[in-house]
Amino acid sequence: MSFTTHILPVLLFAILGILTGALLTIISKVFEVKVDERIEQISEALPQANCGACGFAGCGDYANAIVTKGVPTNLCKPGGADASTKISEIMGTIAEESTPECAVVHCNGTCEASSKKFDFIGVDSCVSAKRFYGGTGACTYGCLGLGDCIKVCEYGAISIVDGIAKVDKSKCVACGKCTKACPNGIISIKKISNHVDVLCSSHDNGKNTVTACKNGCIGCKMCEKKCPNGAITVENFCAKIDYSKCTSCGECITACKRGAIKSCLQLQNVTETSKV
Amino acid sequence: MGTYITIMLSAILTDNYVLSKFMGICPFLGVSKKLDSSVGMGVAVIFVMACATLITYPIYTYLLLPNGLEYLRTMAFILIIALFVQLVEIILKKVMPPLYSMLGVYLPLITTNCAVLGVTLDNIDSGYTYMQSVFNAICVGIGFTLVLIIFSGVRSKLETADIPETFKGVPSTLVAGAIVSLSFMAFSGM
Repeated sequence: MSFTTHILPVLLFAILGILTGALLTIISKVFEVKVDERIEQISEALPQANCGACGFAGCGDYANAIVTKGVPTNLCKPGGADASTKISEIMGTIAEESTPECAVVHCNGTCEASSKKFDFIGVDSCVSAKRFYGGTGACTYGCLGLGDCIKVCEYGAISIVDGIAKVDKSKCVACGKCTKACPNGIISIKKISNHVDVLCSSHDNGKNTVTACKNGCIGCKMCEKKCPNGAITVENFCAKIDYSKCTSCGECITACKRGAIKSCLQLQNVTETSKV
Repeated sequence: MGTYITIMLSAILTDNYVLSKFMGICPFLGVSKKLDSSVGMGVAVIFVMACATLITYPIYTYLLLPNGLEYLRTMAFILIIALFVQLVEIILKKVMPPLYSMLGVYLPLITTNCAVLGVTLDNIDSGYTYMQSVFNAICVGIGFTLVLIIFSGVRSKLETADIPETFKGVPSTLVAGAIVSLSFMAFSGM
């Protein structure tokens, strides 16, 4: 046991370690950054899904923005009203109302209703099917039914029922990932309270729509005439509802002979009970 | 004077750490998305390399070597490098929070960046003097920054390019990295 081979290395590293440690402690005190503890609390109140539906990079980023930039507290869609009230308590403000939202697939062309152009045997994805002559369906605007939206959904809220995507409103958190995944862009995020939907996205003319799909909107404008509030307009052979005017009266549902306008009210009741 | 010019040219161009020696690849691919972050990363690495060499060289020559403790140099050097990386991190967090969040995990990763440890070890193995070592460290840092800046330009072009879906992201970045490295191979004949 000699000093240079055994004790010196230990001493050397002990001194080095203490010196660097002391230096770092001093520097970290000098350059201390005060973090608002509310940011941490808000982060905990958020669901940590990091879905980005609020428009920020993640839950941490949103929490930071609430405290530092005064961003509204009701932007978190997965967290909904719960998160909003919790955050408002932390911030000491009154909870802003957050209305539950949900994804809606604007297509009603089930296997039975729509016709197919050809069978597609290839990569099991809507994007690749879409590239191949616009997909298998006679209607190139509707749901391709290969489930690209299912793959991106982290909550298992979407399933293919009868050839088209269906959203389980009790599971959907309205993060909006499916709206970006759909190559036809037929999924949109909307308020559950606006339950009357046009379940067709076809811009084909009436004749082509009739041959392609039994449930498609042909642009006959019956709904436009029947709507007491002037909320429906037909553009490019497809009805569109202006939800700022719509009172969800349901006149258009009965007016539509094609069954392209439907109400999702029954499903909504399920949502409310399951969320409690 | 001639030695310094040789050191400078070889550290920046012919023996570029990133493109010729495969060192420091992770920030090269990780933070080269934007010009700001690559410049920030480059400056941080230059600082860490220079400071680390300033301290490690005397520690090696005056403490480890005379006592026959050369085998401990890796450990000692890592300790010193970690100190300076931590310093940079603390200071950046206070002074430039946007850059701090932009660099993210790659900032503490400088600690284990092989380019930084590589340059401190290389200085000793090449038998440089103290001044030459510090100069070499700064030049290697500049070379690293240069590559990061060049690559961030390439990547910003890639962002807008129409690349096949399967090539988007990592694959196209790696291919682009290979081509940029190819361009630096031209210097090795000089």
